Amino acid sequence: MISTQLTFVDTLGSWKARWGIGRMSYLVPPGLYAIGTPDSGSQVVVTANYKMTYDLVRRALDGRNLWLLVLETYGINVWCAAGKGTFGTGELVRRIEKSGLGSIVSHRELLLPIMGAAGVKGVEVKARTGFTCRFATLRIDDLPEYLDAGMQANAGMRELTFSLKERLVLTPVEIVSSLKSGLYLLLIICMAAATAGGLNAVSGLKALLVCLIAILSGAFISPLLLPWLPTRSFAIKGAFAGLLVAAALIGLLQLSGTAPVAALLCGVTAVSSFVMLNFTGSTPFTSRSGVKYEMRRALPLQGAGLLIAVVAALIWRFQ
Amino acid sequence: MNGFSHIKGVITLQLDRDTCIGCGICVSVCPHNLFAVEQGKAVIIDRDRCIECGACALNCPVKALSVDAGVGCASGMINEWLDSLQFRRKSGSGCC
Repeated sequence: MISTQLTFVDTLGSWKARWGIGRMSYLVPPGLYAIGTPDSGSQVVVTANYKMTYDLVRRALDGRNLWLLVLETYGINVWCAAGKGTFGTGELVRRIEKSGLGSIVSHRELLLPIMGAAGVKGVEVKARTGFTCRFATLRIDDLPEYLDAGMQANAGMRELTFSLKERLVLTPVEIVSSLKSGLYLLLIICMAAATAGGLNAVSGLKALLVCLIAILSGAFISPLLLPWLPTRSFAIKGAFAGLLVAAALIGLLQLSGTAPVAALLCGVTAVSSFVMLNFTGSTPFTSRSGVKYEMRRALPLQGAGLLIAVVAALIWRFQ
Repeated sequence: MNGFSHIKGVITLQLDRDTCIGCGICVSVCPHNLFAVEQGKAVIIDRDRCIECGACALNCPVKALSVDAGVGCASGMINEWLDSLQFRRKSGSGCC
């Protein structure tokens, strides 16, 4: 029987996962767990073995008696795992068989997250195990109400939202992963700034700061301002924010001359645009085709922008 | 989803209404309320809301739906492209 109370360690673990610390190994063993004291008539809720998901599910089901079937998704959340196929028909069938669920419950119903439907073929699960898949709600927190309503989902439970708070919690991992991917480039830029035309540590630090601000423009500012930035394109939203940030920097640093202004405008805009384009992976409303469409058009422009910025910065340094 | 949508006119979702039997499974699995059943057949309410997750196509018992589903994030697609070029060893450390 598992607890439905989350401890400080659980909360800390979730916070760390949001910041990308130990995120790829934040999991629990798959299998059948009991919440409360379920019996053969109790409902079965299915989830992934990403510990953050598992924690939220057990907390939401506090005070109830039911079974929790945890699938092996290698610590990945339901949505991404469904897309990859690990929160899938095969794994669900396997887990049902391994846990002996058929002899533990007398009914033949499973409650699945709607997000899992992209990986689970309900009719096939029924054919292979006799269990019917009911796709319940989108959000874990709607589960109690769904259960209380006799397993009926209202319109709100089937509607995705993307509020400011929901966007905010996604930004830390964007910032951290952008820094991780761009680390080499970052180091090269700062070393070049610090050494070109003579050793100058302050120049290196200034370059580092500008790069960090550019990343924040795309990974933090743009996601927060998402609904208010122009057009539907994420690359353009990021570029717009980047342009404003670059203009602010130019004003703050009181830069003048074509070379430095061009360097900042092109560089910060390009980086901000690219990083914001990556945010499409964290949003619940962008399509694969939409992202492909954007990438084909934006990546070459972003590359060109970065190149111009580098050339302009070199010109500026050697003026 | 209220107030949010991505690029218009690029969605690859296809519904074959002749094959459709009006079972309504697509309505229950879609995370974006894309479908409704009218007069015994499924209808797409707003194509541009589709995020191409593939849940409908996967769950349709008569294969009336098709969509180009798969990894939908920019970094995932860049990784796929890099892997195809054999530019780097396939690393299991990242997400996709």
